[in-house]
Amino acid sequence: MLAVENLEVVYEDVILVLKGISLSVPEGSIVALLGANGAGKTTVLRAITGLLDIHRGEIRKGKVTLDDKEIHHLDAPKTVAAGVGQVMEGRRILTELSVEENLRVGAHTAARGTVQDNLDRVFTTFPVLADRRRSVAGYLSGGEQQMLAIGRALMAEPRYLLLDEPSLGLAPLIVQQIRDLIVEINEQGTSVLLVEQNANMALSIASHGYIMETGKIVMDKPAAVLRDDEDVREFYLGLREEGAASFRDVKHYKRRKRWLS
Amino acid sequence: MEALIAVLIRGLGVGSTYALLAVGFVIIYRATDVVNFAQPALMILGAYYTSLYVFNVGMPFPVAVIAAMITMAVISALTERIALRPMVGEPPFAAAMVTFGVFVVLFILAFRLIGTNVIVVGDPWGLERIDLFGIRVNQIDLAKIVISMIAIAVVGVFLKRSRVGLAMRATALDQEVALAQGVNVGRMFGLSWAISGALAALSGMLIGTAAGGVTPLVAFVALKALPVIILGGLDSIQGSVYAGLIIGVAESLTRAYSSTYFPWVGSNFDIVVPYAIMILVLMIRPYGLFGTPEVQRV
Repeated sequence: MLAVENLEVVYEDVILVLKGISLSVPEGSIVALLGANGAGKTTVLRAITGLLDIHRGEIRKGKVTLDDKEIHHLDAPKTVAAGVGQVMEGRRILTELSVEENLRVGAHTAARGTVQDNLDRVFTTFPVLADRRRSVAGYLSGGEQQMLAIGRALMAEPRYLLLDEPSLGLAPLIVQQIRDLIVEINEQGTSVLLVEQNANMALSIASHGYIMETGKIVMDKPAAVLRDDEDVREFYLGLREEGAASFRDVKHYKRRKRWLS
Repeated sequence: MEALIAVLIRGLGVGSTYALLAVGFVIIYRATDVVNFAQPALMILGAYYTSLYVFNVGMPFPVAVIAAMITMAVISALTERIALRPMVGEPPFAAAMVTFGVFVVLFILAFRLIGTNVIVVGDPWGLERIDLFGIRVNQIDLAKIVISMIAIAVVGVFLKRSRVGLAMRATALDQEVALAQGVNVGRMFGLSWAISGALAALSGMLIGTAAGGVTPLVAFVALKALPVIILGGLDSIQGSVYAGLIIGVAESLTRAYSSTYFPWVGSNFDIVVPYAIMILVLMIRPYGLFGTPEVQRV
């Protein structure tokens, strides 16, 4: 189990971004972390994977544990070696390298003997990449780049995979495809923490969901419950009760979002 | 005709030492975005250590060259650790100024070590000439070409094929991504400085084979690596090689023929030529002949 407990993170010594976050990803599950821009979702991932210090962030309180061992003081390479992989927001592939070279970079911490097996595994999961293994990664389409970014993280054989907005900027059909691939990866034995703004997609495959707002977890329920929750439907899924169709009635600003009641 | 070929070969010889220096610049620039102005001082210290190992320690010449390369790799990596690592995250311009400070320190150190002496590196080539397809050429020029090209090829293959080389290229492209894949970025910085230091030592040795020996002031020859990297493109190793050879040949041709064809430019115009080429390149193609345009989907 990958768990975050009472995590407080401060950027530049003054900006309190996470105000005591707790969440957990049980082994073998898909957990969704939802929230609007600036809620602190990416910061949670950075805190887990040791990428905070290069953004001048610092963990002030709390801890991150992997199977009850604390990992928040490890640097990024050690976290990867411990079995936590991350796919960063915006794909971030190495544009000037070939597809295969990108994947090999992902295998940097893996044992040398496993590289070929993992390459084959990734190419089986993402046949598109196999077709284009020699082409320059920067010329792939957005969806292919996202698959490459996920495949690259898989090369290190992570037990826990953190995905930061894999649906960002992709066409709905491609989002479907990515969603199915995440399920497939999960079935192969990798637990997934899925950070998303596309709540619809995330809640459709997750078993549990957390909703973040301005540095706090405001809701923490099984995904099925969240999908049916009235407030979540309105604020995150864009659905509302039938009947109130007129835009005159949509006075968003008048209604305070109060989750904790 | 024979004279022309001899001039060309001399130019290629000098040019390949420029290429060697330029590759050192490029490796550090690609990994850390910093232009390393300390490179000339590293070069002259490399010549000093080669000389020291040959004459004071008594090593055979090839062993001494490798020992000097290792020494400079270590000095260079330490420099990165002490002076440049704290600058990670600062603007590259500030870091480049730090390397200039490092240059001054190392240069003064070289002056202390060498003094006003002229050092010779004890190379086996001297002024010997050999026949190459009926043309008499200096052995030293051939040695420069062959050794430089082998060294650059080894570095190129290392970057292209090995796991660490791939990690270095990944670091050069996106440090955060490299970090997230488990690459120890700090170690890659140190490694790029070490490689660069070793290449500087090798080029120092090659320049130190000059007939009259070298003094610390020869460090300024290394400034010719600047026109080379600008002509070749700051981020291209291949470009450095071609540009180094072009600059070397241009210089050598000017030295040989300017007094015959352009007497009005006066003597020693060859010293100006690399910089004239640099200005021309900056006006026409500021990213250099081989600078890779950014890959972008449209």
